[in-house]
Amino acid sequence: MSTPGEIGTEAWPLWEVFVRANRGLSHVHVGSLHAPDADMAVRNARDLYTRRNEGISIWVVPADAITTSDPDAKGAFFESPAGKNYRHAVYYTKSEGVKHL
Amino acid sequence: MRPEPVEGFRPAQPAEDVHGDVSVDRLALADELAGTAADGSTAVASADAAEYAMRLGDDALVLAQQLGMWIARAPELEEDVALGNIALDLIGHARSLLHYAGTASGRSEDDLAYWRDEPEFRNAWLFEQPNGDFGHTIARQLAASVYLFELYSRLVDSTDPTLAAIAAKSVKEVDYHRDHATQWVLRLAGGTEESRRRMLLAIADTWPYVDELFVDDALVERLAATGVAVLPSTLRPAFDAVIDEVFAEAVLERPTGRTAFIASGGGRAGSHTEHIGPLLAEMQVLARAHPGASW
Repeated sequence: MSTPGEIGTEAWPLWEVFVRANRGLSHVHVGSLHAPDADMAVRNARDLYTRRNEGISIWVVPADAITTSDPDAKGAFFESPAGKNYRHAVYYTKSEGVKHL
Repeated sequence: MRPEPVEGFRPAQPAEDVHGDVSVDRLALADELAGTAADGSTAVASADAAEYAMRLGDDALVLAQQLGMWIARAPELEEDVALGNIALDLIGHARSLLHYAGTASGRSEDDLAYWRDEPEFRNAWLFEQPNGDFGHTIARQLAASVYLFELYSRLVDSTDPTLAAIAAKSVKEVDYHRDHATQWVLRLAGGTEESRRRMLLAIADTWPYVDELFVDDALVERLAATGVAVLPSTLRPAFDAVIDEVFAEAVLERPTGRTAFIASGGGRAGSHTEHIGPLLAEMQVLARAHPGASW
């Protein structure tokens, strides 16, 4: 990672922000931001995304560390499972009291 | 993500408001003043306690106004928001403190903020020093937030319940301001040759205004004797310990020798540097042009 400000037009690196709203829930992607390093990214995320009681925990990830699916391969990659009921375990009943399933 | 309503926060009626959650004229801001009883009343301050609260309130108000000038001018959007958040925290402290100060003379916090002139302001000189470059703002933030953190940490035990309640609410916020300033001092001092040069200059320019924060006078001695106020001089060792720790990590030193000039101070008695005039003009012009207006 180069030093911010080395080139006049260069921005700080981009970070993706994940916030967990409550105990027992997962971290959820809330947005992205710029920061010079990871420590500052957590602090910027606190200022940008948690000032209205949204969360109790923050993760930040360098945006370029995230590998995404190929948007052009959507057809094959996310082909609809409709009409393939034999693939689904819908015949089971879930136990009572199991949350977030 | 749609935020959960904060406790004590009255959201606007969704059907009428097409712009979102917040509608200022329908928010009961008076409910948010720290140190206010459940029925909305505040204890009436003694003349001494009011003067003390005005000092602390003016420190917060003037610093908030300075920081607000960074909005849309900070090095990055994220830093714009960070400085804006810190300024808003300080506005909250100023509201509670000036509200309490005003009880002694029947004035509101707005009366005190908008209708006093320069010689009636009681802030220390540090808080009115100009923003300068980002390094100067950070040097001022470091000195201010470390001082305020040590002050509020002790003021939570004040025998004056209103001041104790305001300090309890404020101490967590200035703790974050302290962290923000520390992080930036470390990065600027340890960044490029240019950032380090500017950080050193900013500290040399800021430090002359530090001593005034720790000067005792007759007022605080009277108040400290009854446990209402914290004697400023007693905060100095803790302040120096924290600063020394930050400076050691950033490989900086407290200014000595030729750079160790000490400003005469005088803010607590209403004598100010040339920087407060334009600041007050900017802050007060709207309220004075339209007295009693609300929006």
